[in-house]
This record gives sequence, C-alpha cells and structure tokens, in this order.
Amino acid sequence: MSSEAWMPYLWLIPGFPILAAIALTFWPPRNRQGAPWVAIGAMGLSLISAIMAFLSLPSSTGEVSTERWIHNFTWFDVGSTPLRIGWLLDPLNALMLVMVTFVSLLVLIYSTGYMAHDKRSVRFFAFLSLFAGAMLGLLIANHLLILFMCWEVVGLASYLLIGFWFHKPSAAAACKKAFITTRIGDLGFLVGIFWLYRDTGTLLFYDGGEGCLEDRSIVWLAGLPGIAGLSATATIGMLLFAGAMGKSGQFPLHVWLPDAMEGPTPVSALIHAATMVAAGVFLMARIHPMLDFPVAGTQALDLVTWVGAITALVGALIACGQQDLKRILAFSTISQLGYMMLGLGTGGVAVAMFHLITHAFFKALLFLGAGSVIHGCHDQQDIRYMGGLRSYMPVTFLTSGIGMMALAGFPLVTAGFWSKDLILHAALHWHGGYLPFLMGLFGAVLTAFYMTRQMAQVFFGRYRGDDAPQNKDETSPSTPHESPASMLWPLRLLAVLAIGAGFMGTPIYPWFESFLEGTELAWHPGALIHGSTLILLIVSSALVLCGLFLGWWYYSPLVFDPKRDADPLEERLPAGWFAWLRAKGYLDECYEWTILSWTQGLANGSAWLENRLFRPMMPVVAMFTQVISWIARIWDEYVLNAGFNWSCQSLLRQGDRLRAVHRHRIQANLQWIVAAIILLLLLLKWGGHS
Amino acid sequence: MTTVFCITALTTLASAVAAMSLRNLVHCVLCLTVSFIGMAMVYLQLSSQFVGFAQVMVYVGAVAILMIFALLMTRGGQELFMREWRPMHWLVGGLVSLALLAVLVGSILQSPVIQNTGPVDKVERVKDLGQSLVYEYLLPLEALALLLTVALIGAALIALPPKQHPIKPQPREDS
Amino acid sequence: MNSPSLAACLIFSACLFCTGLAGVLLRRNLILILAGIELMLNAANINFVAFWRHHPASDDVAGPVMVLFALAIAAAEAAVGLALVISIFRHYKSTNPETMEDKSS
Repeated sequence: MSSEAWMPYLWLIPGFPILAAIALTFWPPRNRQGAPWVAIGAMGLSLISAIMAFLSLPSSTGEVSTERWIHNFTWFDVGSTPLRIGWLLDPLNALMLVMVTFVSLLVLIYSTGYMAHDKRSVRFFAFLSLFAGAMLGLLIANHLLILFMCWEVVGLASYLLIGFWFHKPSAAAACKKAFITTRIGDLGFLVGIFWLYRDTGTLLFYDGGEGCLEDRSIVWLAGLPGIAGLSATATIGMLLFAGAMGKSGQFPLHVWLPDAMEGPTPVSALIHAATMVAAGVFLMARIHPMLDFPVAGTQALDLVTWVGAITALVGALIACGQQDLKRILAFSTISQLGYMMLGLGTGGVAVAMFHLITHAFFKALLFLGAGSVIHGCHDQQDIRYMGGLRSYMPVTFLTSGIGMMALAGFPLVTAGFWSKDLILHAALHWHGGYLPFLMGLFGAVLTAFYMTRQMAQVFFGRYRGDDAPQNKDETSPSTPHESPASMLWPLRLLAVLAIGAGFMGTPIYPWFESFLEGTELAWHPGALIHGSTLILLIVSSALVLCGLFLGWWYYSPLVFDPKRDADPLEERLPAGWFAWLRAKGYLDECYEWTILSWTQGLANGSAWLENRLFRPMMPVVAMFTQVISWIARIWDEYVLNAGFNWSCQSLLRQGDRLRAVHRHRIQANLQWIVAAIILLLLLLKWGGHS
Repeated sequence: MTTVFCITALTTLASAVAAMSLRNLVHCVLCLTVSFIGMAMVYLQLSSQFVGFAQVMVYVGAVAILMIFALLMTRGGQELFMREWRPMHWLVGGLVSLALLAVLVGSILQSPVIQNTGPVDKVERVKDLGQSLVYEYLLPLEALALLLTVALIGAALIALPPKQHPIKPQPREDS
Repeated sequence: MNSPSLAACLIFSACLFCTGLAGVLLRRNLILILAGIELMLNAANINFVAFWRHHPASDDVAGPVMVLFALAIAAAEAAVGLALVISIFRHYKSTNPETMEDKSS
C-alpha cells in the first residue's frame, strides 16, 4: 500500500485515544468495569495504525536523504489568508509513535490492576487517553502551532493527572507547580513561534521547499539579526529550547518533576517514560535542522549541550540523597533527560532519540515496578521502611533488577549501556571541549551508585515495613504481597525490551542511526575494537562496574541497616553536603526567596496603590458629580417642577389605580405582549388586502 | 444547505433548548456557551470570519463567564436547582412561543425574499470592515464607545454594596 | 465554500429566537431570563449576517458592522443586567422575579 494514499488519515492515530477520552467523559461513573476496555481498545487501534505507518516507511538503504511524507491542507480562511496545517510522517516520529502507543497501552493495562479500587477510575482512564492522544497529535504535527496546541493539551492533562488525588494538599500543590513551571518555559516557546512566523511567514515544518525547516527559510533566517549578536536562527532555537527545558525538566526548570510524583504511579510512568518529558527532546529533534546550520552559528546547540550536561550531573547528584522511592526515579529521569539533551547537542538526532527510546522502555519498567512495590507494601514510599522484598515479590524483583541494570548501564547486555555509550562517544568528539564529556562520565558513575543504593534497601535485607510510623499502631504485622497478573505482564514485556532495545543501535550494526538519518546500513564487525570506541567502551564499563561496587559496598544489608545507622554518605561526605543533596539542592527554597517573594512584593505594591491612590480618588470624583447633581436638582425643583407637580400627583393617582390591573407579573404581561405581536403579524400578513 | 450547516444548527438549537430547560443552573449556562460557539460556527459558514471570532470572544469569553459569576454570587441563599413546575404556566408560555415560531416560519416560507436571491460569492474582508467603521459609521462608533463607558461605570455602581455607596440616597417622598 | 441557503438561516434564527423567548417567559430565574434575551439578540444577529451574505451588493459591509454594534451593545446590556441581578439579589435575597413582585407591592 502506498503511504501517500492514507496520509490524510494519519490523524486517526491520535484520534482514537482522544475519541476514547471523550466517550469516557460521558461514561457513567459507576460502571467501572467497562471503562478501561474502551481506553485499551482505542490505544490498541492506535498501536496497530502506528505500526502500519512505521512499516510503510521504506527502509532507506543507501538513499541520500531520509524519506518523509507530508499532507498539508487548509484548515480555515481568515479573510483571504488561508491557515494551512498538516500531518507529517518520517522515521523520527514513526519510531516515537510506535514507542508512545506501546508504552501507553502497557500503562493502561497496568492501571486496570493499580486503579481497581479507586472510585474515580473512569475519569482516570479518560485523562490517560487524553494525555496519550495529545502526545500522539504532537508527534504527527507538521505545523508548529498545532504542535504547540497539543503540547499545551499534554500540559493540561498532566495537570489533571498529577492532581488526580486532589484531596491531598501536596498533590494539589504539585499539579499547580508542574503547570506553572512548564508555563514559564512555554512563554519562551510562544515568543519563538511568533518570531519565526514574523520572519518566515510560515509555521509548516515541511512544505515542498517553503516550510520553515527547509533550506530556503533557514538561509533567510540565518541572515537576519537576533538578540545579543546572535543570528535569528540561534535566537529562535534558544527560545524554543526554553519550552523544551520546561517540559523536559532541564535544570533549572526541573523542580516540578520530583513533585509530580504525587500522582498515581502509572501516571509517573507515562509522564517520565513515554509522553510528557519526551516531548521536549522530540521538539528539539524536530527543529534540529534549524539548530544545526553552520552558517547561522550553532550557539543554540551549544546551549543545549551545556544545559544537558549540567542537568545530567545535578540530577544524578541529588538522586543520591533521596529517600522516597519515586523521587529517586524522578531525579534519575531528570539526569537521563540531561543525557538526551547532551546527546542532541553533541551528536545529533539519532543519538538523542536512541537514548530516548531505550530510556522510555526501562524507565517505564522501573516506574511500573516501583508502583508494584508501593502497591504491595500498602502505599509505603519510603525506602527505609522496605527491604527484603526479594522473597515476597520475585517477579517484581527480577524485572526491576533488569530495569535498574539497564538504567545503570550494565556493560554489553543492557539497552542503557549502548545508548549512553553513544552519547558519551558523541560528547567526547564535541568541538567545544571535554568538560561536558567528563560531567557525563561522572554522572554515569553516580547513576550506577544510586540505583544500587535503592535496590539494596528495597529488595535485600529483611522487611522493615512494621517500623514505619503509620504502621506502628497496627497490632497484626502486615506482609507485602505480589501484585496481580495485569500488573506483572507489562513488567515482563518491558523487561525484555529493556534488554533487547539496545541491539537496535550497537556500533556493529547501527540500524537505528541509519533508519533515522538515511545512511547506508551495513555490518561493521570491527567497529567495536576501533580506536577511541574501544577505549571508551572499556572506560565506561569500568566506571559503571565501579559505581555498582561502590553502591553495594556502602549499602549492602551486611553493613548497613537504615534503622540503626545514619546514611553512609552522610558520614563520609563533608558536613552539609548530604543535607544539600537531600534538600534537592535548595532550589525550591531559592525560588521561594527570590521569585515568589518578588511576586508577593509586586502584589503588595498594587494593593498599596489601590488603597492609597485609587480609592481616595473615588470620593473626589463622587463629590464633583454630586455638585453637578445639586445644581441640576435646584434647577429641577424650583424651575421645572413647580408647574408639573400637580399633574404628576394626578398621574400617580391614576397609576395607583392601574397597578391593580397589572399585578406586577412581568412574565405574564410579556406573554400578552407576544400574543399581541403574533396577532399583529397575522394581520399584516393575511389580513388587510387593500 | 450543507450537512455541516445542518449539524451545527441542530447542535446549536439542541443546546439552546437545553440551556432554557435544564434544572441545574450551571449546566444551563454551560449549554448556553455551547450554543454561542455553534452560532459562531454558523457565522464562519456564512463566510463572516471576523464576526464569528468576535462572537466567540464577546459571548464565550465574556458574557458566559459573567453569567457564571453572577450565578455563583447569587447562589448564596437559594439552591442551585430550580424546582419549578406549574403546568398551566408552562403550557401558556410554551404555546405562545410555538405560535410565534409558526407565524415566523410561515411568513419566511411564503416570503419572496428567499426565492429570488441566490448565494452571492463574497468574502468579508477585515480591512473593508475596519475602513467602513471609521469612515461611514464613525458617529455610531463613538456613540457606542460612550455607551460602553457608561455601561461599565453604571454596572460597577449598581453592583457596589449599599454601605460603600459613595452618594447618599435621598429619602424618597411617599406619594 | 458553499454557504447555507437564506431560508435555512432564517428558520434557524427563528427557532433560536423562540427558544430564547420561551426561556424568558417560562423560567423563574433572572439570570436565565437574561440568557434568553441574549439568545434572542443572537438570533437577530444571524439574520443580519444571512441577509448580508445573500445580498447582491458586493462591497457593502453593513451587515457585519451592524452585528458588531449589536455585539457591543449586548455586552453592555449583559454587564448592566447582571449587575442589576446582583443588586436585586442583595436586596430581596432571591433571583426569582415573583418574590420580588410580592414584596414590592
């Protein structure tokens, strides 16, 4: 089947989940059995269509440029100016479509088990469908404005989902924080869109040579001045990156992401693996042709690189000091997103996207595993009160172990190793210096370290749940239990992918890179032992193993008992460092002291103006009006009224008599008026023939 | 008549009827909003985009919100649901409305106007609209501006709480 | 774009007008009465645009201009009307027109 023919129907991929969301909105809230199947069925249809779209793209072996199909059409006219939008299908978003639909489907299936006891689960599935649908719409958009609209719907859906348990004050605060923080980035995004539209006159990405990502527009843009001596291209790229920073949790706008853990765990899996945070990286990958244009200068890409490197390091550092199971994973997500941005800035689209896809699989696995642990431990999230779960929940232990190894980048067999290695390799050859590379390497050690710390405390040792503050008063000891099958099967499937997905893009057979960039695909059996690649492989493997060993050395249940000892890091690091880590780098406090207090001050100033300036002015104006009315009154009473008083009195008396007739029934009177009008109309139409 | 128009018109009418007949007042105003959006779509189909967008902005953006506010501010003492069902009253009122509808539709269908005008190919240009506003209709425009100012001040004054009223009410003479 | 015929528009607006009228006549809440009035105003506006659309003169924009004026006036009316409703509510503790009638006489 030729792909062109069904391009107009590409909207069906996001269409199915959105339709499901609409249908579930009107679903009777008590009928909780049927609702998940509507969402799952719609997502399954999306997955099938996405796979069809993916397969219909020809495997571009040896062709010069990547294949892409476009379908543009006129949405509506404003006066004589048509607003044209369109769909786009290329290897970049075809891969993302399959990944997003697949992970969303697994999360939905998992949620049937996780949310089974929630009274509002119908609404939950509606929100999840809306979330996934908006994300898919964002992927297929060939128009920056459509992308932005879907982007905002994703933001809205995440607001609804994070605040799903809005009766908890912390959840209500977290969803507001997520919404407002991403909004700050979106302001830059919006300004970037305006700027781009002003200078190029189009927001379509590809339009047969006329689109804003094609050479003509970029060459034109590169010649225009931006701000601070940059070209317009670099400026717009940086503005759009501001949006991506908010959405993808880049330093310093990452503060919302750990708090977003207040939502139900499937939401965390979806936000951190497949959809929301991937959107920012995807946006950067989409506009990469604009960023990576030599004539215009690559300052925007340099910015991406540096922000990515800092985020990767800071996220990994803070993750070492956390005690909440989901917060550790949240900071690891921030760190991995930093890696993606680092890869995007140094190595290009394929490098970043490869890590995005593998990360989506193993991070979804880790979050769903964490959900299973929390579910099994009766909503306990503090890793100090877990332990020994290895024997209670074996499937969760094995699958989470695989996910943890993949995230830590265990050499040669896991997906995370290959994709992270590709990023480090790209960073090593970056033109701007070695510092980002070194930051990335150090982050990799820390990743292995904090994941081991978490695993050791959660799954090894003995179960400490009875010591938790909320379980103290219970007489019968609570034992953790394994989760139902609907929650375990997604875990098993994702565990397979967390291993297997890595072999899409090894240096020996770089299928992934060739698929995205359209280069020739061939076997390179010697690539592994080639010069710098080999050295880097050995170095990073050694560092990862070192991190794993260090983590086990410090946190093995043989030497460390959270009940008895203080955290080993707290003892070994200089005073104050661990507190800094545990407090998430004091960034929240920093924002509170600066931005929030400034806003408060502004509001106080406005209140002062209102109270001291505008309100006193009111009586002056009123006095003025009063003087005028006094003059008018004197004129009325002594000049005009004298003669009329008598007639007015008699009119009033007549009115009193008439009042009895009217009885003040406005609406009844109105009825008679309308009836009279009808009569008059009839008379006019059929009555008086002259 | 196109199918699009049929769908829009039926949706608009259905939500207008719902807005006038539901028991929950908040639902009423929400249905009214849907109906306003439907009318804006009708304007778009009549190739009058600017008016359509103005409709969305003024009615959906302002009037509907204002109504919700008024609804919530006046909810205080009474219930959100109206319990009102008096058959005689509804019968008479409904009959009067239906009669007016019948007369209107009858005269529309018999009128010569609808036969001899075919659709004309024309498009509303915002530029023309703006020019005629400041050349031909300048005086009405200014009057409108004055009216809006007066309405703004008046609405604020009317809705002020009585004790903060800047002008002391004069004692009324009983007749 | 083929636009709807004049008759269809006129009948549509007549239906809307009568719906609004029924609301004004039947409902016992001042805010809904105002909503009915808004519906009636809108029905009239649709007539303006429909007649303009089907009128042969090509460079005349009187219809949309009239609608814009009507929109502005309707906005002013809604503002003042709702302010009145709030003021009435404050005085009579009700937005039902009948309670107001009973107390005033």
